[in-house]
Order: sequence, then C-alpha cells, then structure tokens
Amino acid sequence: MSTRFVSFGTPNLIADRLPETHPLTWRLRGDGEPIWLDEYRSKQGYEGLKKALESTPDDVAALVKEAGLKGRGGAGFPAGVKWSLTAKGDEIPRGYLLCNADEMEPNTYKDRLLMEQEPHLLIEGMIIAAYANNSMRGYIFLRGEYVDAARSLNRAIAEAREAGILGDSVLGSGFDFELSVHTGAGRYICGEETALINSLEGRRANPRSKPPFPGQSGAWGKPTVVNNVETLCNAPSIMANGKEWYLDLALDGSQDGGTKLFGFTGRVNNPGLWELPLGTPAREIFEDYAGGMRDGYTLKAWQPGGAGTGFLLPEHLDAQMCSNGIAEVGTRMGTGLALAVDDKISMVALLRNMEEFFARESCGWCTPCRDGLPWTVKILRALEQGEGEQGDIEMLIDLVHKLGPGKTFCAHAPGAVEPLGSAIKYFREEFEHGISHPHREPQAEPIPLGQV
Amino acid sequence: MDTSFKHDTLIASDRPDDGFVLSDEERTAIEHEMHHYENPRAASIEALKIVQKRRGWVPDGAIYAISDVLGIPSSDVEGVATFYSLIFRQPVGRHVILLCDSMTCYINGYEEIRDTLKRELGIVPGQTTADGRFTLLPVCCLGNCDKGPTMMVDEDTHSHLDAAGVIKLLEAYA
Ligand SMILES: Cc1cc2nc3c(=O)[nH]c(=O)nc-3n(C[C@H](O)[C@H](O)[C@H](O)COP(=O)(O)O)c2cc1C
Ligand code: SF4
Repeated sequence: MSTRFVSFGTPNLIADRLPETHPLTWRLRGDGEPIWLDEYRSKQGYEGLKKALESTPDDVAALVKEAGLKGRGGAGFPAGVKWSLTAKGDEIPRGYLLCNADEMEPNTYKDRLLMEQEPHLLIEGMIIAAYANNSMRGYIFLRGEYVDAARSLNRAIAEAREAGILGDSVLGSGFDFELSVHTGAGRYICGEETALINSLEGRRANPRSKPPFPGQSGAWGKPTVVNNVETLCNAPSIMANGKEWYLDLALDGSQDGGTKLFGFTGRVNNPGLWELPLGTPAREIFEDYAGGMRDGYTLKAWQPGGAGTGFLLPEHLDAQMCSNGIAEVGTRMGTGLALAVDDKISMVALLRNMEEFFARESCGWCTPCRDGLPWTVKILRALEQGEGEQGDIEMLIDLVHKLGPGKTFCAHAPGAVEPLGSAIKYFREEFEHGISHPHREPQAEPIPLGQV
Repeated sequence: MDTSFKHDTLIASDRPDDGFVLSDEERTAIEHEMHHYENPRAASIEALKIVQKRRGWVPDGAIYAISDVLGIPSSDVEGVATFYSLIFRQPVGRHVILLCDSMTCYINGYEEIRDTLKRELGIVPGQTTADGRFTLLPVCCLGNCDKGPTMMVDEDTHSHLDAAGVIKLLEAYA
C-alpha cells in the first residue's frame, strides 16, 4: 500500500477558536477528520438555515448585504448586492446556484480545507444562498484533482438529503432545492464565472461576454448566481448571529465585515492558513503566524492574494488585509493568501514562471491574451538568460497596458499583467540586468527570401 | 428521393474503423449522468471521464460513440476533449504524475523535483516512460501551497517533496 499524504489536518489551526470569533473554523477537529451531520448539528449546524427560512428571500439578501460580506473568490464583489440583482419573480424561471470550487489560482489553498473538513457548512451556506436567489438547483463546480473534497461533499450531500435538509421542502419549509457535485477536468480558466457556466453546460470553457450578467441569463439561459466556497460558508453564521456581530468581527478600518482565511507561504518559518478578522495587518500574519522568514532568507517582496495580484514591498506590510486596506497600497487583496518572495529569488525568473502559467492557461479566445502572454514569456526567458535586448522592458510595459483591464473578454489577462507591471515598477534594475548585449549585432546574415 | 441512407454512410465513412464500442456499463453511466442536467450536452465532460476511467485514455472511436449517445456533433465532443487538460487523447502510463509548477512551488524548489523525475524516469513533462508505468504532466497549483513542493500520483497528494524522497515514493506505484 502506498503512503497517503492527504491534506486533512492542517497543523496550523489557531488554538482558541470560538463560535463567536472563528465562525469558519471553530468546529474543526484536531484530528482533521471531516465533520459529518450529527456532529455538525451538535455544533449549531443548520441553525442559520432555519432562521433564513423563517424570513423572506429579500430579507436574507439584504442582511448579507448589510453585513458587508464580500466575495472571497478574488474579485471582492459584495455578495448581498449580487443576490439582490438576481432576476426573480413569478414569470421568471427559477435558476441555478453555482459554487465556484475550482480553486486553481497559484497560492490558493483555502476552499480545499473547508470542503474536505466542513462539507455541511458549505451545504448550509448554499441552501441559504439558493433561498435568497430562488435557485432551484445547485452545483458545486469542483476541480477534478480535489478527490478528498469530492468524497466529503458527496457523503455530506447524501446525509443532508436523507435528513430532509436537501430536496423537496427543505426542513419542511416548502422551499425545494437539489444539490450535486460537478467535477471538472482541469484548466484554470474554468474558475472564471462565465467560463465555469460554459464548462458546466459541457462546452469549452471560454468566458462569455457580459452583459447579460449571469444573474439575468446564465446556465441554460436561467438566472444564475456564482459564488466562491468561502463566501458561501459565511452565510450560516450571518443568519444565526446577525449583521452587527458580523461587522464587529472585522477590525477598525476595514470596510469588509467578518473573518477570512488568511495565509502566508514561501520560505517562511511556518507556512499555513488561519482564520483572522478582516483588517488584520499583513505584518501580523507574516510575523506572528507565519513566523517571519527562515534563517538565511530576507523578505524582498510579497503578494497579498494569489498570482493575479500585484507585488508589494516589505514596507507595505503594515497595510490591513481587507479590500480597502490593500487598495490603498495599490493592488487588490485577491484571495488573501499571501506569498513571501525572498532575496534568493530572481524577480525575472519568478515572473517567467508566472507568465508561463498564465500563457499556458489562456483560453485563447481573445488576441491580446492569446498572443501577448507568450510574448511576455519569450522576453522574460531572454532576460533571465542575460540575452535581453534594448527595448525589451518598454515592450513588457507596453504589453502590461495592452493586456490591462477592459481590453479582453475576462480578467485573466489583466490578472496576468498586474504582477508583471508591479515587479517592473519595484525591481526594474533586475530586469535591466538581463540586457547584457545592449547593441547586439545580428548573429548571422539574414537568409534571402525563398531560400529556406 | 430518400437521402437518409446516403447521409448515414457519409457520416460512417468519416469515422475510424477501429471497432470501438462503449461497454454497457459505460453507456449506462453516461445515460445516468445526462439526467443530472437540463441538457444532455452537459454530460460530455463526464462521459469522457467515464471512458477514460476504464481505458486510461480516450480513443478516437469514443468521441463518436459519445456524440451518438448525447446527440451532439462529434466535433463538439472533440472540442471539449482537447480543451481540458485532464482528458487524455493519447495513451498514458499506468500512473499519472501531476507535478505542481506554480509560483509557490517554484519558490520551494519544484524545479529540482522536476529535473530529478526527468533524469530518473528518462522522460520530459508530457511523455510516458517506455515501460508504460508513468506519465509526467505539469499541473496548476494543487492548493497545497503551505506544504510544497507538491504533486499528485493518481489520486494521492504528496507534500514536502525533496529530490531524494521523490524517487523512493514512486516505488509504491507498480
Ligand atoms: C481566470 C480566472 C480564474 C478564476 N478562478 C476562480 C476560482 O478558482 N475560484 C473562485 O471562487 N473564483 C475564481 N475567479 C473569480 C470568479 O470569476 C468570480 O468572481 C467568483 O467566483 C465570484 O464569487 P465571489 O463573489 O463569491 O467571490 C476567477 C476569475 C478569473 C478571471
Ligand atoms: S482574457 Fe484570455 S482567458 Fe480571458 S477570454 Fe480572453 S483569451 Fe480567454
């Protein structure tokens, strides 16, 4: 038998987790085993759902909006606002609720923990969201590699169905909702919400142009809501404990409510994942939780939340981890899982690795992204080898603009160039160093046309 | 004039004569999947996975067979099959290694793991060993960044890899 190293049981759980302060993780067991229905119920499970079913769908959406819950999938759109914009009414067919569990953004490892160990928390959150959006059916769009999460979720869904929590008349309320797991077959772009809808429909995962927004016309032309796993996992406690409590969880200065799964990785002493209040200073996460850099390494730069966010400097560590806090230092919080880049890493080589990823994962739908990203890779590879040419950095900066927001169908290309632009801004000399032949002569005489 | 016969032969003549037939089990599983969605097309990715699960990969004939069951053009099935990275349109080894090559694993030194695998297995990413035992593929971030470098072998996730340990660990996969 082979040794199995599952990700169950992250050793880095905060010791004193309480329902009032750690709504996402207080139930987690020390042994890392999933929390099944009986245990979940004994730990206040499905109580938020009961409260939600006692109020009207509009009130549920309004409460989530007032609680300041922002999307945890990277874009940070207010969840309650999204829910209030979903088309619903007597003449409008009931639509779909899609949970975005495609987690493939480099340096993102939070949804996995929630799904593997707290599947019922996600199910409860999804039923609440479905009730608010009048969705008749939900799918958890799970990346194919997450086999342990699939096992947990499928078993939990079966338990919930058996207990009358899913299916016809959820908990006797008269509200019907079906839920299943849909596993993907690879490709980062499936996480973009309209590409996800195409993929669910059995098509190539090319994003769709907006408008129409999914809330008006999404999966099979029906109103469709797409939310991240962690976003949905926040709904039960908001329902159970109210908006004041949720807003108060966040620290002063944060415009987002609640807590968030934060992380720090790279060559730090204690890489991990911790549930902390929104607005926690990045320095606290880096120093107190991640334990600072390992001996022999110094922090050179960091990225607040995934490959698509901009690089920051050590001096920015005092920024608060929340949408407005990170916006103040010039980038986005993204997924909130930060990466430390140390002094032994070349920014040019790191960016080469990142752009290889973005170029490979481009869906190829629009030209700037499909052709521009391989171009950045080509230039970065040359700079890494010391074979760059005069004008290469200007060309990279030009590409950063040409692939920026609003120029492509989806946010993949803007996400790909945000780290590049910021790396050149802060570490330009490293890029310049790659131009070793400023006036390089042609290596060979051009071959006359028609002779090849 | 009745053109249906001609039409059928025309389609049939375009198809590989490789004798591919879906097993009853596969067909039932695909038909079962179709009912999970509003439209049978949605089962196309799952159908490809059903075939792949049994055969290791998706041969040409399966594309046509799936298109017949779902009632969608074979070009659409092929379009889907070639888009997704975990659908294999050529034979793979008995075990598939998915090595994370994302930035966090880059910082944690995945390149050394990749070079060790290349050297010891005698293949580059995208290839299969001559004995048909392993296929080596790069994969997007496996969501295990606090325990990298990381890779999957079949359904197992392996963390904290190092160059010496990685070859030892492969011994468990015959
Ligand atoms: C290329 C790309 C990949 C994405 N991948 C994911 C993902 O894996 N998971 C996720 O929740 N959101 C992802 N997103 C963001 C989604 O498009 C969408 O904003 C999100 O699922 C909405 O949910 P939220 O408001 O609850 O965050 C991605 C976006 C882009 C452009
Ligand atoms: S930006 Fe890139 S990934 Fe997004 S639609 Fe265009 S080609 Fe596809």
